Amino acid sequence: MPLLYPLLLSSALFGIGLYGVLARRNAVLVLVGVELMLNAVTLQLVAYDAWFAETLHTGQVLTLFVIALAAAEIGLGLAIVLAMFRGTGTIDVDATAEHEAQT
Amino acid sequence: MNLPEVVFLVMSAVAIASAVLAVGSRHLVHSALWLVVTLGAVAGCFVLMTAELLAWVQVLVYVGAVVVLVVFALMLTRSPTGARSAEVTANRPVAAVLGLLAAVGLGATVVAGFSGERITGARPGTAESIGDALFNHWVLGFEVLSVVLLAALIAAIVLSRSGSER
Repeated sequence: MPLLYPLLLSSALFGIGLYGVLARRNAVLVLVGVELMLNAVTLQLVAYDAWFAETLHTGQVLTLFVIALAAAEIGLGLAIVLAMFRGTGTIDVDATAEHEAQT
Repeated sequence: MNLPEVVFLVMSAVAIASAVLAVGSRHLVHSALWLVVTLGAVAGCFVLMTAELLAWVQVLVYVGAVVVLVVFALMLTRSPTGARSAEVTANRPVAAVLGLLAAVGLGATVVAGFSGERITGARPGTAESIGDALFNHWVLGFEVLSVVLLAALIAAIVLSRSGSER
């Protein structure tokens, strides 16, 4: 399989995730965009590992670490979003920015 | 073009289409469910790149845990779940341009650097080989990561406590 297939798929997923992070108003969906970007990174790591084929399996082990860190990140991120909802009554990032600006 | 390449291209098309729907859908819950399709298609790509252990980890951790957390958060924050509930910000055109620039830039870089290279699958990432590498050579990173996970767990509990107790 050409190495370019997974790398180009990863580039497309990263761009889509970046759009999601910048364009969404709901804070939970911003986190969904972050997850898409992290998946682009893991796809790239796995592709390089399968291409390089060394005994340490650096790319795949790092992918395991990234997946574990992504799980920690989404847990913390959602806890912060819930705290934000309790504090301001909304998880709209634009409304929260205006709220911060007024106070 | 052999069968794995065709299956990989189909999986890629599914992943990209469902990712576009996940960031563009008007329904909040639909966005979370399209994310499941994207992550499942990426897991299929992992299998085709001989990373079978990572494909199962992806299904277990992402599809099993992360998406459930996202759906729970959507329910707990009482987000409006009807049509046109997932409004986008006013800077949507800028976001689209930046996302397109990032994708084109990354794509041009990998085309310039890796065109012509092929994945042979000489060392498949089975559970045995990954476990061997992880526990013989990557033990320190593994242990540090477990401490990071514990810290994140405690931080999430502290953040989630209701404010009246503090």
